[in-house]
Amino acid sequence: MSQNGTMIKVDHVSKSYRRDSIEIPVLRDISIDVPAGEFLALMGPSGSGKTTLLNLIAGIDRPNAGKVVVNGTEIDSLGESDLARWRARHVGFIFQFYNLLPVLTAFENVELPLLLTGLSRKEKREHVESALNLVGLGDRIHHYPKQLSGGQEQRVAIARAIVTDPTILVADEPTGDLDKISAGEIMDLLYRLNKEFKKTIVMVTHDPRAAEKAHKQMHLDKGELTT
Amino acid sequence: MFIIRLVLKNTLRHKLRTLLTILGVSIAVMSFGFMRTIVTAWSAGVESSGENRMITRQSVSFIFPLPYSCLQQLQQIPGVSEVSYANWFGGVYKDPADFKNFFPRIAIDPETYFSLYPEFIIPADQFAEFKKERNSCIVGAKLAREQGFKIGDLIPVDGDIYPGKWEFVVRGIYRGKDESTDETQLFFHWDYLNEQVKISQPGREGQVGWYVLSVHNAAEMPRVAKAVDERYKNSRSSTKTETEREFQQSFVSMSSAIISSLEAVSYIIIGIILLVLANTIVMAARERTKEYAVLKTLGFSAGHVVGLIGGESMLIACSGCVIGLAMTFPMAMGFAKAFPTFFPVFNVETITIILAVSVALFAGVVAALFPAARAVRMRIVDGLRSID
Ligand SMILES: Nc1ncnc2c1ncn2[C@@H]1O[C@H](COP(=O)(O)OP(=O)(O)O)[C@@H](O)[C@H]1O
Ligand SMILES: [Mg+2]
Repeated sequence: MSQNGTMIKVDHVSKSYRRDSIEIPVLRDISIDVPAGEFLALMGPSGSGKTTLLNLIAGIDRPNAGKVVVNGTEIDSLGESDLARWRARHVGFIFQFYNLLPVLTAFENVELPLLLTGLSRKEKREHVESALNLVGLGDRIHHYPKQLSGGQEQRVAIARAIVTDPTILVADEPTGDLDKISAGEIMDLLYRLNKEFKKTIVMVTHDPRAAEKAHKQMHLDKGELTT
Repeated sequence: MFIIRLVLKNTLRHKLRTLLTILGVSIAVMSFGFMRTIVTAWSAGVESSGENRMITRQSVSFIFPLPYSCLQQLQQIPGVSEVSYANWFGGVYKDPADFKNFFPRIAIDPETYFSLYPEFIIPADQFAEFKKERNSCIVGAKLAREQGFKIGDLIPVDGDIYPGKWEFVVRGIYRGKDESTDETQLFFHWDYLNEQVKISQPGREGQVGWYVLSVHNAAEMPRVAKAVDERYKNSRSSTKTETEREFQQSFVSMSSAIISSLEAVSYIIIGIILLVLANTIVMAARERTKEYAVLKTLGFSAGHVVGLIGGESMLIACSGCVIGLAMTFPMAMGFAKAFPTFFPVFNVETITIILAVSVALFAGVVAALFPAARAVRMRIVDGLRSID
C-alpha cells in the first residue's frame, strides 16, 4: 500500500473519444483520491462518463492526459501485456450484465481468472469453492448461467471478481439489471467485502439506495465532478 | 488445456450451424478427393509406363499397321535389347452398352511380350498352358473378378476390326506388380490372330499394330527413336517411335481438357471450403466479441483469443476433412464398381489424402485469420460496449 494510505489516485485526467474525426470530450480534468479500504460510489446521469472513469481506474482504457496511480503503480505507463498482467493480479471486475461466459458453469466461470496463475488444481478448486460459498452459491457450483437468476449470476460474477483476492474491486452498475430484493443482496455482499475483507471498492450506480451503502458519493456531470 | 475445453464448448454452442458447416466442408472435401482421384486415375496409365520401354508405330496413325518384317530389323538397332509386338483387337463382348464389357483385348507375342512387361505376374504353370494352346488367353485379375472368368472358360467375342466370331480360352490370370498396374486386359496369341486373318482376309496377314522396344539405358531413348525412324523414313511404312510414356500421353491428352477442367473445379472447391468455414467462424467470432473483451479484461492475452478462434476453425475444418475423406472411399469404390474398366486403376491415392488434409488445414487457418485479427485489435472498452 502506498504512503498516506491512498489506494487510487486519479490525477488531472482527461479523456475524449473520437467519432468520425470529431473529438468528443468525455472526462475533463478529473482528480480523485481514494484511500485504501474506501467504498466509493460514483453517481451521475447516463452518458456523464462514469463507466469511462471506472475503465481508466481499472486499466482497460488509457487517459489522453493526466495519470492514474493504483496502489503505487502508474498504470498508464505500463505496456499492453504488463497492463493485462496487472489487471489480472490487482483488479476485480463486476459488470452490470454480469458478463459470465454462457458455456461455462459457475465453477468454471469463477475459475477463469485463476487459470492465469500458477496455482495447482487443488488450490484452484479450494479458492473457487470458498469464493462461491462466500457469495452464498456453494450449492450452485455446476449450474450454467442460464440456469441461474439475475441476482445469482451477479453473485457468480462477484465470486469471479474476488477469487484472485484483488487489490481493488470495480463495479459498474452492479444492481442496474436486478429487482429490488436481488439488488439489496448484492449491495449487502459488496458492503461485507468492504467491511470484512477491507476491499477498496469503486462502484458506479444510478440507484441512491445502493449508493447509501458506500462511505462516500461522488457525482459526475458532463465529464466533470460536481461534488 | 482450458482453451481446448472452451473451444469444444464453443463449437457445440450452435449445434445445427456447426453440423451444417462440418457437413458442407465434408461434402466439399469428398468432392475434392473424388476429383483428385479421377485426375490421378487418368494419369495412372502414364505413370505406370515402363521407364525403359518404347513404342514404335506407323507414323500417321496408330490404326495403320506395320509389317511383321520390321521385327528382325528393329532387333538390330543399337541400344535395343528386346523387341515385341502387339495388335489392338477390339471386338464386342456381350452387351457393349455396359461399360463393364469394354475391356482391352490385345493380340501379343507370347514368347516376348511378358518379358518386356514384368509388371504382369503370371503363375508359371498357367503361362506354360497359355503358350501351348493357340486360342488361349490370359486375363487380368481385376477383369476376371468382375466378369467371373475362371481358368478354362470360353470368352466369345464378335470381331469388328477383325470380323468373325472369335473364342478365347482362359488359360491364365495375371496379377499386377502393384496398385498402378492395369489388371483389366485380355491378351491372346498374335499367331492365332494372324492365322485366322490369313484364311478369312488374305492379304491382311503379317501386320503388326505396334512394336514394343526395350532399351538398355533410358538415356539412349532419344537416340534409339531417331535411329528407328530414320531407318524407315523412306519406306512405305514410315514409323514414329517414342517412349511408352509419351505414347500413353498421346491417348490421355485427348481428354486432357476434361482433366484440366476437373483440376480447375477441384481448386474452386478449395475456395468453397474456405467460404463455408469462414462464414461460420466470422459469425461466431462476431457474436462472441463481448466474451473476448471480458477475457481480455480478466488478463487473458491475444494469444488466448487467437487460440479460441483458430481452434474452433481448425476443429470444424478437421472434422469436415475426416468425414469427407471417410466418404471419399465408398464414393470412389462405388464409382470403380459402376465403371470397372473406365479406369484401369481407380484408387484414392495417399497424395490425394495428403492434399485434402492440407486443404482443410489451410482453410482452417485462413478462415480464422480475419476474425482473429479483428478480435486481437479490438479495444476492450469497445468490445464491452458491443451488444450481443
Ligand atoms: N469506447 C467508446 N467509444 C466512443 N465513445 C464512447 C466510448 N465509451 C464512451 N463513449 C462516449 O462517452 C460518453 C460517456 O460514456 P460512459 O462513460 O459510458 O457514460 P456513463 O457510464 O456515465 O453512462 C458517452 O457519450 C459515450 O457515447
Ligand atoms: Mg455506464
